[in-house]
Amino acid sequence: MASKVIHALYIDDDILMDAVKKVRAEHYHIEEVYTPFPVHGLDKAMGLPHTRLAITSFMYGCVGLTVAILMMNYIMIEDWPQDIGGKPSFSYIENMPSFVPIMFELTVFFAAHLMVITFYMRSKLWPFKKAENPDVRTTDDHFLMEVDAGNHDVDQLANFLGDTGAVEIKVIDKEEDNH
Amino acid sequence: MYTLSNRLRLFSIILMVVGLVGLIVGFGQRPGSIEEVKEMMAAHDAHGGGHGESQVAESGHGNQGHGEEDAHGGDAHYEHVLHQLQNKPWASLYVAAFFFFMIALGVLAFYAIQFASQAGWSPVLFRVMEAITAYLVPGGIILFVILALSGFHINHLFVWADPEVVAHDALIQGKSGWLNSWGFIIRAAIFLGGWLLYRHFAVKYSRKQDEDTEGNKWYKKSFKISAGFLVFFIYTESMASWDWIMSFDPHWFSTLFGWYVFASLFVSGITTIALISIYLKSKGYLEFVNNSHIHDLAKFMFGISIFWTYLWFSQFMLIWYSNIPEEVTYFITRIEDYKLPFFGMLVMNFIFPILVLMNSDFKRVNWFVVMAGIVILCGHYIDVYNMVMPATVGESWFIGISEISAVSLFLGLFLFVVFRALTKAPLLPKGNPYIEESKHFHY
Repeated sequence: MASKVIHALYIDDDILMDAVKKVRAEHYHIEEVYTPFPVHGLDKAMGLPHTRLAITSFMYGCVGLTVAILMMNYIMIEDWPQDIGGKPSFSYIENMPSFVPIMFELTVFFAAHLMVITFYMRSKLWPFKKAENPDVRTTDDHFLMEVDAGNHDVDQLANFLGDTGAVEIKVIDKEEDNH
Repeated sequence: MYTLSNRLRLFSIILMVVGLVGLIVGFGQRPGSIEEVKEMMAAHDAHGGGHGESQVAESGHGNQGHGEEDAHGGDAHYEHVLHQLQNKPWASLYVAAFFFFMIALGVLAFYAIQFASQAGWSPVLFRVMEAITAYLVPGGIILFVILALSGFHINHLFVWADPEVVAHDALIQGKSGWLNSWGFIIRAAIFLGGWLLYRHFAVKYSRKQDEDTEGNKWYKKSFKISAGFLVFFIYTESMASWDWIMSFDPHWFSTLFGWYVFASLFVSGITTIALISIYLKSKGYLEFVNNSHIHDLAKFMFGISIFWTYLWFSQFMLIWYSNIPEEVTYFITRIEDYKLPFFGMLVMNFIFPILVLMNSDFKRVNWFVVMAGIVILCGHYIDVYNMVMPATVGESWFIGISEISAVSLFLGLFLFVVFRALTKAPLLPKGNPYIEESKHFHY
């Protein structure tokens, strides 16, 4: 089903921030904002929810710690408790200090790598992915706000966006919703 | 301007009086002779059945075998306990004096780092830091007096200060080029003198900058002396930790000990800044301090707690792993006689802060920071306790009247000095070039 969106281009991040606030105050729906660099406070102005990436990272770290403990307990204590240089392999706790470096490293390894992979999956990034860039200038020096026209009057919305400081306004027909 | 409330003044004076009385009681309870130790231990053994029986059995066995020799061995044991019990109030006084001094010293180092790194977030907290470092003056004098008394063997805290011990100890003789009374006192004077000198001029320049807001003449001077102080500090702090803590065990040595003590004092100092800032803010004196400042302090508490644990573990694991007898005795005595404080402090200084202060939102909640801060401070008191007590009182330790009184005495003095120093200057240093940035700091 075809739907109309409006692309409003800005050349300054401060103007963009003001525009985002105005558009939100008028209860228009912002589909997406494309910027060449992180604009501090933009997520807050758009009302995006907080990321939960840190929470997943903590849980991955716990998994890594568990893997390290189970692995070394099985190998060093249960499977073949050899006397290696007089180290006490009678129980895990007695020989624990020598396992700590591995426990630490595996915790960090799991927390870091799995979090990065989670990030790629959640933000849909992979090597041969087709770039979703509506306008090449947004990777260099332009900011683009995509507003859902919905049932609004397109001319009125375009005029409103022009008043917020947009340097260029385009009405786009989207053939299919890729979200 | 901050005004010292009468309630706080009274509270700190009560703490000091109670602590002083308790310490006098603690000193009065010291056994004077071997006979008193025997009586005390007999009374103690009568309570604890199992422990007493085993000791009786042991001495009985000895009497059957070679009577004379063992009688002498028994007396030597009681003399050993006598020394430990006589040391106990001194050691608890020392631990508390050092602990509160090290808080002020940690804050001084943090203050200097803020200047040297030209931090933009912290200038609104400078007056709090300056007030905490005011404790360096009385605390340093008290510590110096205790060190002088110990260095000249008025008490038996440092065994290397006892000429009789040194005469029979080739190891200490070999170290007497460093560990001798006059060298000890002179070094302490140089360390304390240097730190107090920096503190004096840093505060003076800070006040002058307030009056002279045109140009940054005094700020630049502060920057220079802070950088110089940090160089001086890292050498002297390391040497002070050998002198004032490591020389309790003169047979033992560790190369990262200076860093370890530094981490301990640094995290205690930062925690104290956070606690006092939160207190003052709750009373409405620091309206320009927002929860992002508290968040930053809590991040430092979190990070330096982990740094402390890293150093603790690096020291412990290397010694445990190689298990060289001359080094490992240090940890064997601690694990055998101090199991609960030794591992309890790890929980308080590492596990608790890492779990409580990991969440970004929790670091902005005042009562979370206060709770974590109190646990961290108690944990680092026990850390100092673990460093000092095993060599001075050995297995005769317990946290009794003299320990609690000493903490109460120095806590009272600390609160009194710090909050009185807060009344001396406006809480917002207005001449600092970073003050506007700091007031609008948000994270």
